[in-house]
Amino acid sequence: METSNIIFYIFGAITVLSTLYIVLTKNILYAAFALILTFIGVAGIFIFLGAEFIAVTQILVYVGGILILLVFGIMLTNRLSEKKVVSPSYNKLFGFVIAGGLFVLLIKGILQANFSALGWINQETSSPSGIREFGMTLMTDYVLAFEIIGLLLLLALIGAVRIAGNTRKEAEDAI
Amino acid sequence: MYAFLFFLTFFLIYMVFVVYAERKISAFIQDRFGPMEVGYYGILQTIADLLKLVQKEDIVPLAADKKLFKPGPVIIFTSVFAGFAVLPLTSDFGGAAADIGIFYLLAIVSLDVIGILMSGWGSNSKYALFGAMRSVAQIISYEIPLGLMVVCVVMISQTLNLQEISYQQGIWWNTVNSGAENYLFGIKALGINTTNIGGILTWNIFRAPIFLIGFVIFFIASLAESNRGPFDIPEAESELVGGFHTEYSGLRWSFVMMGEYGMMLLVSFLAAILFLGGWNTPLPNIGSVVLAEWTSGEPGTIAGHIWGAFWMISKAFLLVGLQIWIRWTYPRLRLDQLMNLSWKYLTPASIILVLLSAIWRLFMI
Repeated sequence: METSNIIFYIFGAITVLSTLYIVLTKNILYAAFALILTFIGVAGIFIFLGAEFIAVTQILVYVGGILILLVFGIMLTNRLSEKKVVSPSYNKLFGFVIAGGLFVLLIKGILQANFSALGWINQETSSPSGIREFGMTLMTDYVLAFEIIGLLLLLALIGAVRIAGNTRKEAEDAI
Repeated sequence: MYAFLFFLTFFLIYMVFVVYAERKISAFIQDRFGPMEVGYYGILQTIADLLKLVQKEDIVPLAADKKLFKPGPVIIFTSVFAGFAVLPLTSDFGGAAADIGIFYLLAIVSLDVIGILMSGWGSNSKYALFGAMRSVAQIISYEIPLGLMVVCVVMISQTLNLQEISYQQGIWWNTVNSGAENYLFGIKALGINTTNIGGILTWNIFRAPIFLIGFVIFFIASLAESNRGPFDIPEAESELVGGFHTEYSGLRWSFVMMGEYGMMLLVSFLAAILFLGGWNTPLPNIGSVVLAEWTSGEPGTIAGHIWGAFWMISKAFLLVGLQIWIRWTYPRLRLDQLMNLSWKYLTPASIILVLLSAIWRLFMI
């Protein structure tokens, strides 16, 4: 087996095992840390698909940003109440039925689909200068979507600051 | 693969000497001798300390969360060391010449926050928890000016590849990109072509003089990123004992320290590549006195490797020395002053610099 294949299977195993751990553990903090591992595994798989930019963005945005905030949130609430935050399991029967049904559906679809007949799967996916073309397309063809997303994020930021900060005056009004 | 082996060995040797340098420089600044007993002028002190650290018992507190406590320091060190994977050391040797180099580096280094959170939380101690909280808040805040400065450099250089950024700042740019031209201060209208003059005139801080301010912002932010003084409030010993690594001892503690010093070296390498010409010589060609060609070899030759590594490592070590000097000179910032500096001064200044570099780029083409 080639080295790159072995590395690919390692990343796959990281993704699958950490996802299983998230499902099985009851400790929310451990689940959050396992989710970080899942994202890193998925980023590795993205690199094997030739999508370096998406892989790095995944690490930067999800691991470096969102999950750290998530862990921070759990930590700040956890220790204050002096007891562990656990997630018990509810609706076991329905859960098993829905998950099992979905699993059967997916397996059937995957087995019936003939992937090698699809045209785009045999095309060369990775080109060395993909990042430059990507940037060019983003700033020309998709610039409207890009700008709208930027504006939306700015609005969310201002809204978050408005809700979180400057509460003193409103507290006085409430009294 | 060779780059990995080189950087690992280089890093371990650097660790031994930087700790010695830190002690000697701090001793010099505080008017005392520092280590004097082990070896000539105490030069073997760090090696003795290392031997002691390896032999120490690995103490894990009884109430600690062992699943988080044990891997924490390893994650801190691994994520910092992973950043070295894309650094070019000379014109033809270095880590992966990935097209997304600098972007990968910023992403992977931000993982060390996870290690800090794991060790701070897993210790189950107030000091460690507060240290981790402060450290993470500080690192996330200062990542913004740091990242914006990188954006400025990328806008001027038009590439994310660190090797290409280095090539642009010297006399060998034409060997990889024939027809490329550098102008004095980057302004084409001045008409002074500096492509073959090289030296300090083609470094990014001269190619776009606004980067003189940019470099200072990057340097301040990088001090905070590596939790160094005057931004060492996460491990302020007068109030928090040792911050997030209070409960660690022996080899795990040394991993935390290796993470800190590794981060210092990494950001110094990065500052050297982004602003100070990377592996290019600082001496320009002056007429027939071709100082730049004398002090740098053609890419791919042995001379090119030796000169490149020499300039690169000297620049990085000078910056590490500057970090040590600043740590022992300036008093520690209070938490609110720290956040004020980042959010009210550095971030707005970086946003203005991003705008200015876009304008400067228009002068360059």
